[in-house]
Amino acid sequence: MMEAKRKWDVKKLGPLIGLFLLCIVLSILSDDFLTMDNWLNLLRQVSINALIAFGMTFVILTGGIDLSVGSVLALSSAITAGMMAQGINGFVAILVGLLAGMVMGVLNGVIITKGKVAPFIATLATMTAFRGLTLVYTDGRPITGFASDDIMFQMMGRGYFFGIPVPIILMLMVYIALYVVLKKTTFGRHTYAVGGNEEASRLSGLRVDRLKIYVYALTGTLSALAGLILTSRLNSAQPTAGTAYELDAIAAVVLGGTSLSGGRGWIFGTLVGALIIGVLNNGLNLLNVSSFYQQVIKGAVILLAVLLDRRKEA
Amino acid sequence: MRPLIEMRSIQKSFGGNIVLNGVDFEVLPGEVHALMGENGAGKSTLIKVLTGIYERDGGTIVVNGREVHYRHPKEAERDGIVVIHQELNVIPTLTVAENIFLGREPKIGRTGVIRYKEMEQQAASYLRRLGMDLDPRELAGRLSVGKQQMIEIARAISTNAKCLIMDEPTAALTEREIQALFSVIRTLTQQGVAIVYISHRMEEIFTICDRISVLRDGQFIGTKRVKETNFDEIVQMMVGRQIGERFPKRRVTIGEERLRVERLTKKGLFENVSFSVRAGEVLGVAGLMGSGRTEIMEAIFGARPFDEGDIYIDGRPVRIRSPRQAVEHGIAMITEDRKQKGLVLEMSVHENLTLPKLEQLATAGFIQSSKEWDVVLSLIHLLNIKASSPDLPVKALSGGNQQKVVFGKWLAMNPRILILDEPTRGVDVGAKKEIYEVINELAAQGVAIIMISSELPEVLGMSDRVMVVHEGKVQAILENDGLDQETIMRAATGGNR
Repeated sequence: MMEAKRKWDVKKLGPLIGLFLLCIVLSILSDDFLTMDNWLNLLRQVSINALIAFGMTFVILTGGIDLSVGSVLALSSAITAGMMAQGINGFVAILVGLLAGMVMGVLNGVIITKGKVAPFIATLATMTAFRGLTLVYTDGRPITGFASDDIMFQMMGRGYFFGIPVPIILMLMVYIALYVVLKKTTFGRHTYAVGGNEEASRLSGLRVDRLKIYVYALTGTLSALAGLILTSRLNSAQPTAGTAYELDAIAAVVLGGTSLSGGRGWIFGTLVGALIIGVLNNGLNLLNVSSFYQQVIKGAVILLAVLLDRRKEA
Repeated sequence: MRPLIEMRSIQKSFGGNIVLNGVDFEVLPGEVHALMGENGAGKSTLIKVLTGIYERDGGTIVVNGREVHYRHPKEAERDGIVVIHQELNVIPTLTVAENIFLGREPKIGRTGVIRYKEMEQQAASYLRRLGMDLDPRELAGRLSVGKQQMIEIARAISTNAKCLIMDEPTAALTEREIQALFSVIRTLTQQGVAIVYISHRMEEIFTICDRISVLRDGQFIGTKRVKETNFDEIVQMMVGRQIGERFPKRRVTIGEERLRVERLTKKGLFENVSFSVRAGEVLGVAGLMGSGRTEIMEAIFGARPFDEGDIYIDGRPVRIRSPRQAVEHGIAMITEDRKQKGLVLEMSVHENLTLPKLEQLATAGFIQSSKEWDVVLSLIHLLNIKASSPDLPVKALSGGNQQKVVFGKWLAMNPRILILDEPTRGVDVGAKKEIYEVINELAAQGVAIIMISSELPEVLGMSDRVMVVHEGKVQAILENDGLDQETIMRAATGGNR
């Protein structure tokens, strides 16, 4: 029994070991890799994917998937940017943007639970529809030059707090909060239970549908938050923003060791997974690897990680 | 007669843990040989050693007079030793004939085109030979579990099997299907096929088997001829001690009416179901599988909608539309399928135990760890759950201990009405008795208990009254006073009382 437990711990450390090895190799290959500037930049880039992936972790733990995160990001960003372009206060616009993300998440959850549509199909449909709405709302053109004087909005993507970029702080705050939720609350325990055995959970008196709706709402809200950071950094809301972001988020969750069939996983793994993807992107850029090859390497790393995970399970 | 299989002094250990210690086991052609023992006694390990899933550490295995060292079940199959697993390997979207010939389809030359006509004719001839009433062209998924099992047997026979190893073959079968299975087994043994029959059900073993071999804690205890032994002797061999009375007595004063159901109806499943249960009473529910008995209880528990009817708790009408509302009304249900509906297998023993009442152990959504552990430890103690740690995943436990976790889960919320669906399925003799004692203890505390069971001795041994369900209707409600199995069976098959 003790042995079983230890084995499990080593297995959990796999992604972390992978991340360290990656960092060691890159620090040998590139002098710029281990600099403070590079890491702050890297982490700021990671924060967007990590925030989406945190929400995705909950969704995947319940045995679901959310393909619509990129479109939710784009539409909520456009809404916030559009409001600010009309001179509405930044704070209000941010809140409305986050709320929009949450509402889209709730919609996903309702379609999946009440409509009994498979999560893959439901979010594939809303992914397309939300993207379409974004294009309609923006008329296919980016919204720019709206926030030059709104401190709060500028802070989200470009600000610093004690020398640390605000996106990194937001990422860490959300991470800590969600870590506690998963570990210490009934909501977290129920998330695992529903993913592990939905029928048994329902028969145990759990409100399965409501939990799932909350989980998709959480992902929608975090996607919106990621979108606001992105929009603030670029000082522009692109109608095509966030395209294919769902793939990086799912990759981060899987790299972290969370099972796609639900019920098993942890959010620390997702943080590490997001860092692996971020470090890889950053390192390959520093090494001037062509962006075409970068994709090949990223795909290979994901495959390798999953294969190693399999071997350990056998 | 030369034995078909002869296993001598089999040794097997896993990392210093001795699982089989000098086990002897032989199978004669044409016999039905029961392999018995409590969960963890080493039955399945012995079979896995025989069929090459595990390598033996010591001892000899002789098949047809030749010593063998199988490295894969396929090699054992080549010698005619086939295992029919508890979880059936039938593909529901293929036909009966396609299932029987899966991987060995007769083809036109090397083209890969299947000669369907020939395949179906051959399948039909195997089915006839075994006295099975199956259409080769029927989709396997449309058939009952019992008939799917027949497909597996036919598949084994079509590969010229000499020895079928059946692991709990009747666990999911109705009474009628069991009779059909037994008649197939008799046909097979007349043709010289040997059957190794692994089961916990004493009555069946004494009906169908010729000899019984018993294992306990990895030791071979002995082989007995069924004609020369009795129930008590076998149980004593299995548990190594006198287990005492099989169904412990309880002394309970039956109290007020707890639950009353009136005219409960769901079209096509059950109609006009009325009954009541009182505090401290155990109402046994008998009936064939598919009679609607489970569906009725699921409806009361809010897990299944119904068209008409009323439910009263303590004389007051209640509306129950979800399991959650049932739980709020103090109803708990222990489902028959603990792996699909009872437990979250990946989660630990302690997480499973507190699942239905977690919200009461939390303040503002935060689980109070110390409160939770108090509950967990007291339940583990109360039910004598054998797990090396409460953090162990529940899937690592034996069937009996898993079932105790399911019980514990519901005891944690102090139910007032407890519905049990096959509470001892797949549970060994020792753990069965512990579960009966828990049921009695709950009745003594004034819980109203409804117990569905296919095992008539259990129904008779545990119930105060017996409700018999037949084709969705309450056929009879009988006082358990000199009641016998025949009376129940007659009602369950639609005969008059």
